[in-house]
Amino acid sequence: MSDTVIKDDEVDIVIAALRSDLTSFMEDWRIIFSRFHLIIVKDPDLSEDLKIPDGFNHDVYTKSDIDQCVGSASTSVLFSGYSCRYFGYLMSRKKYIVSIDDDCVPAKDNKGHLVDVVAQHIWNLRAPATPFFFNTLYDPYCAGADFVRGYPFSLRNGVTCALSCGLWLNLADLDAPTQALKPEMRNSRYVDAVLTVPARTMMPLSGINVAFEREVIGPALFPGLRLGGEGKLRWETIEDLFSGMCAKVVCDHLGLGVKSGLPYVWRKESGDAVESLKKEWEGVKLMEEVVPFFQTVRLLRSAVTAEDCVLEIAKMVKEQLGPSDRVFTRAADAMVEWIKLWKAVASASTSAA
Amino acid sequence: MAHPSSTTPTKIIPPLTDELDIVIPTIRNLDFLEQWRPFFEHYHLIIVQDGDPTKTIRVPDGFDYELYNRNDVNKILGPKASCISFKDSACRCFGFLVSKKKYIFTIDDDCFVAKDPTGKEINALAQHITNLLTPSTPNFFNTLYDPYRDGADFVRGYPFSLREGVPTAISHGLWLNIPDYDAPTQLVKPRERNTRYVDAVMTIPKRTLFPMCGMNLGFNRELIGPAMYFGLMGDGQPIGRYDDMWAGWCCKVICDHLGLGVKTGLPYLWHSKASNPFVNLKKEYKGIYWQEDIIPFFQAVVLPKECTTVQQCYIELSKQVKEKLGPLDNYFQTLADAMVTWIEAWDEINSQPKAVSQSTTPPKSVSQSTTPPKKEESSPKPK
Repeated sequence: MSDTVIKDDEVDIVIAALRSDLTSFMEDWRIIFSRFHLIIVKDPDLSEDLKIPDGFNHDVYTKSDIDQCVGSASTSVLFSGYSCRYFGYLMSRKKYIVSIDDDCVPAKDNKGHLVDVVAQHIWNLRAPATPFFFNTLYDPYCAGADFVRGYPFSLRNGVTCALSCGLWLNLADLDAPTQALKPEMRNSRYVDAVLTVPARTMMPLSGINVAFEREVIGPALFPGLRLGGEGKLRWETIEDLFSGMCAKVVCDHLGLGVKSGLPYVWRKESGDAVESLKKEWEGVKLMEEVVPFFQTVRLLRSAVTAEDCVLEIAKMVKEQLGPSDRVFTRAADAMVEWIKLWKAVASASTSAA
Repeated sequence: MAHPSSTTPTKIIPPLTDELDIVIPTIRNLDFLEQWRPFFEHYHLIIVQDGDPTKTIRVPDGFDYELYNRNDVNKILGPKASCISFKDSACRCFGFLVSKKKYIFTIDDDCFVAKDPTGKEINALAQHITNLLTPSTPNFFNTLYDPYRDGADFVRGYPFSLREGVPTAISHGLWLNIPDYDAPTQLVKPRERNTRYVDAVMTIPKRTLFPMCGMNLGFNRELIGPAMYFGLMGDGQPIGRYDDMWAGWCCKVICDHLGLGVKTGLPYLWHSKASNPFVNLKKEYKGIYWQEDIIPFFQAVVLPKECTTVQQCYIELSKQVKEKLGPLDNYFQTLADAMVTWIEAWDEINSQPKAVSQSTTPPKSVSQSTTPPKKEESSPKPK
């Protein structure tokens, strides 16, 4: 990983600003972020002006920018709260996007070194993924590791990795009931591994610390499922989980890989799990339907792009999940709207900023 | 009224001492057991002596064990002994066959106690037991790995209906120092050592195959034992070093079908000996080509709903092996037959009522005192 050479103009760092004062966040990340271009999207529901320290190459998008691009009706439906980051994905022209929640700071690894979250994500995306057979020594491409005995040679080329999902020390991405039951629990276990999530295996894709190859999988990371009581804490959302499962299905269908594991970020304390529990109960209930749905989705062979796949899934969501809850019908409509936007706005060719 | 002395330390009783056997195949010696003594001494060992049966394998004093050489295998199984490999560690599955316990831990004789990053010695057996006694989660991937571990849990989005998990059938451990590479990789990277301690246990998802290494393996014999057949390898066979792989693919397919879980990750042990890569290449050569067909075969296997026991699944699998892999090489016809022989042997040996099998336990006693029990030189009487 240490020999990963990242060209500065290959990466956009997309930050959803749910709090107005980004000073300490940006200072904490300065050493890692400052060489890259940043896209900061202000939550349209946030009224205060953003405070951003000097010395960053960045663009800021606010409610008026979003309104201008998509129309104010769509703004509130698609891009409020955590979902405002997707507008950043739409605006980006870079090959890779790295997106971190604004309540996270750099973590330290087992040796006490600061984790370069961008370098690790880009390494994950650059090295092949191996979704068709599990390697018991995890990532076979990193230094000091390889494929183990019994791993078929024809599968050792791997496939393109489209999505890299990192993890969190301190406040892990647990749901509200779990955190409320174990209020003292903090994640202190640094697991030194990256692994490919096998094909046809579903997982909860947390949006807190992700990176992806924009042109390849961007259309499948969308603002879709908005809870009735969706709030400004991760406990009060499942939009990333819904979109993430869709993205995994798309990756499986298109023969792309998804990795999970390193890098870690340090997630700071915020919110009250018990309070969020009152709102998040809806999300917990919906996951019971969402997961079996995605586990059985099979896409047509004719769907050869991420856009095609998402549109097909949107149809299925409407038909199969819509009848049980209107939230799914709205999600399906949002997915269709998103693809329209993506085709109109985002699918310009990759060019240096 | 007497009060217990506050200075007497509470004796920690190792878990499952009456329910777990440690199976060790060996052709050389068992000196490695000295290092494992604190962790193994309360458990019963089944030693399967491969190679020359006239050679005496020295077992360090103080262990409770039964030892079987090739003569014993032949005596106990009669004509069915043909399914047990000779001159290959695949013979270890004979130990699985004759065990009377619920759990098995199997380890190679060139594996030693590893240390974790804090420098503490790792009790690999205890970790396997924990893995086997906690559920697996094959139906949905938990990004924080084993949710039942201390300090971990299910992540946001993990459906509550799936949080009970399923019973764990297999616990697959890893190796520091000499990693389990195939011959080509060993030849290209002779100096590579595994120094990365990955502090995780995880469930291998449903419908995902993996290469199961037999060096450091625990399993629930009652749940999956009949599928732990290590195939025909070694002397007189066209292939070697695919015994554990074969068992692992069969087991995984059956576990997926029966709703059982397979874990991989901790514990680590220290693998000390790199076998000769040129010798390995000769053994593996055919396997390297054959696995290109074997893997798609296992990936496509569908077991009928009517197969509800491991034995039924395994017999059905043997039929499919014969039909689909038979054309690849005659070896698979023979292997399919051996798979059936194995199940016949398993059912014969394991269908005895408990009272009978207890009376035929080896004459050497379980040591409760400080005097080491007598050395067991010959096998117990056949049933």
